[in-house]
Amino acid sequence: MMPREKPYIKSNRQEIPAFAGMTSDAQPVTGNRQPVTVRVAVVGGGPAGMAAVGALAAMHIGVDWYEKEDRVGGKLNNYHQLFPDRVPASEAFGQLVKGTYHNHIDRHLGKAITSVGVNAGRISLNGKDHKIGEADAVILATGFDFFDARHKEEFGYGIYKHVITSADLETVFADGDKLLNVNGSAPASVAFVHCVGSRDEQVGVSYCSRLCCITGIKQAIQIRREYRETRVYNFYIDMRAFGRGYEELYREAQENHGVRFIRGRVSEASEDEQGRIRVKAEDTLMSRPIKLTVDWLVLLIGMSPSCSAVLSGKGEREKSFTNAENPLTGSAVKGQPGVFLAGCCAGPMSIPESVASGRSAAVQAAEYLNKKNGNSE
Amino acid sequence: MIHYWRDYQKEIAEDEFFYVRSCIRQNFFPGAENLFIDILRNKLGKKVFEDADHTTCTGIGYHSDIVPIETTMTVIARQFALMKERGYRNLVISCVTSFGLYSEILDLWKHDPALKTKIEGYLSEATGRSFDEPANMVHASDILYKFRYEIAEQAVNRLVNNETGLPLRVVDHIGCHYAKTFPERGIGGSEFPQVLTGLIKAWGGETVDYPERRHCCGFGFRQYILQSSRGYSISHSRTKLESMMPYEPDLIVANCPGCAMFLDRWQYTLEETDGSVYGPGRTKIPVVTHEELAGLVLGYDPWEIGLQTHQVPVEGLLDKIGIRYDPEKKYADRQGKLIGDTVAVTAIV
Repeated sequence: MMPREKPYIKSNRQEIPAFAGMTSDAQPVTGNRQPVTVRVAVVGGGPAGMAAVGALAAMHIGVDWYEKEDRVGGKLNNYHQLFPDRVPASEAFGQLVKGTYHNHIDRHLGKAITSVGVNAGRISLNGKDHKIGEADAVILATGFDFFDARHKEEFGYGIYKHVITSADLETVFADGDKLLNVNGSAPASVAFVHCVGSRDEQVGVSYCSRLCCITGIKQAIQIRREYRETRVYNFYIDMRAFGRGYEELYREAQENHGVRFIRGRVSEASEDEQGRIRVKAEDTLMSRPIKLTVDWLVLLIGMSPSCSAVLSGKGEREKSFTNAENPLTGSAVKGQPGVFLAGCCAGPMSIPESVASGRSAAVQAAEYLNKKNGNSE
Repeated sequence: MIHYWRDYQKEIAEDEFFYVRSCIRQNFFPGAENLFIDILRNKLGKKVFEDADHTTCTGIGYHSDIVPIETTMTVIARQFALMKERGYRNLVISCVTSFGLYSEILDLWKHDPALKTKIEGYLSEATGRSFDEPANMVHASDILYKFRYEIAEQAVNRLVNNETGLPLRVVDHIGCHYAKTFPERGIGGSEFPQVLTGLIKAWGGETVDYPERRHCCGFGFRQYILQSSRGYSISHSRTKLESMMPYEPDLIVANCPGCAMFLDRWQYTLEETDGSVYGPGRTKIPVVTHEELAGLVLGYDPWEIGLQTHQVPVEGLLDKIGIRYDPEKKYADRQGKLIGDTVAVTAIV
């Protein structure tokens, strides 16, 4: 993410110490220090990674847990509330991180794994120009990258101050900042653009990122809750509210919060002389072109794959998510025995799906090690 | 500098250019193309060749559904053949419509080589000629962009208000066919093109980023060519002019001959229609082409380069920059004989 200037955002941020949960004195450490014979590496400290390490440790498997940042939690650290129940992200983090305080888990923070190599049953984990560690099996839980909204040039992200992404807005909420208009008062109107970097062949992204629709609904409601007078528009292709409680939230946004949903893609955004954003779009239900001037334009950015680079070792991101060998039934990577996928590196997932995926990968890694060591039961 | 426009860098040849003219430009701005050639040859020391045998690209007929695409391709293949026969490989195109059409045809041939083979056959059958695709193909404004700092070094005038010392506020308008079809062929791409911005900044001015900056000038071929649709043309021009009006621009510069013409002529029509005037102080906004802008910066006489053929009078702009001119010679021919007179036009309100 590019550092963003937030000239009209009233900052209320207080420095929170990096989730102190990572120091051993913050939480009781569980698990006996009994020797473990096999070790699994988990790459990534987000929800899928946290779920995987917790599950492995509970099965008495030693874990080397690698995270490129200096704290775990991944993108969860920058989220405010989670849909559909508006549970604070910090609460979900607390529940997940609890399972990671275990004697079988060694944490390696600030370690970026850029490639893995499988050789004679052992897997090496490498940094940019040196080997970082070894393991009997690896779970890649490297998550996703946000789509770089600058590629959709017509929206002017990075050029116009009042065009931000859903990730930026989530940080605003998480920090307790205020989203103000150019005069320093509550915004008169905010528009969301769905499918920025999703289902868009123009930028080489054919897939649906799945979670942006519900993010747009949740953030639209949040704006209406904070600023009752602000008009909120959502420009969408079609609404994909698939998960538990999502459709209900979509209805709630319309019935209880007056969020206006307009079916049609935005063709271009530009800045007027006051710094507000002019939006051109088509209302495809009314079959009419429309123009709208809003105080803020929020781009609901999609999810881009992040672990193909680790697998290929070439350091180049690919445009498709990494497929497991049998994606319907398992998470093992084809041709790389002992390497498993967890969470959003295998495709766009919600947090509960990522957690389930992480635990599932842990079980599959354990089964693999059992078979490999002749312990099949 | 916008940090990501490196994606839209473009290779522009250094020298030895084969130049093809524009039907619209040489009719409506008859000094502009000679001026461009003169700047290249005599100010920048470049070798430029234009072939008297070259023809229209058929762009207007093509976009009006009168000329079939195979005919257009064969005509353009013939221009390539002329270039080959003269020993040139770097094509410079005056017209944005032509530039878009040449680009489209090269792209079609790239994806369908059999089509190119068919056109090679047509050209051979009709003229006995053969052709090579250009090694480098650019629009004339790209060339000025490449050499903008060399031009700045020789500048006699800068795009600065002579009285206030402030940079002139310039609206840059890029023809749609310059980069909207193939963003990678335009400097800066299609959404935030840099080709004219680069000239304006290098020569002392500042650009105006107004909401309808990317909107079509209103020409739109069929919108104008079909008389019944002409209202669409003028309404689009009005959309742009109304959008730029609050920024009080000192001038408009366009790299497309059609855009320069319509943004210029329609200001007169709009004033005649409903009295609307869009420049500061109830003046109209002068419109110049990229060659004419370079000519003014380099100190060419405004009447030598044909600025008297513009609908919106340019004198206000010349005064702002501090360019001297002889009002008596505005309508003089090259021998100094007056071939017309300033006609006082009273606005019908």
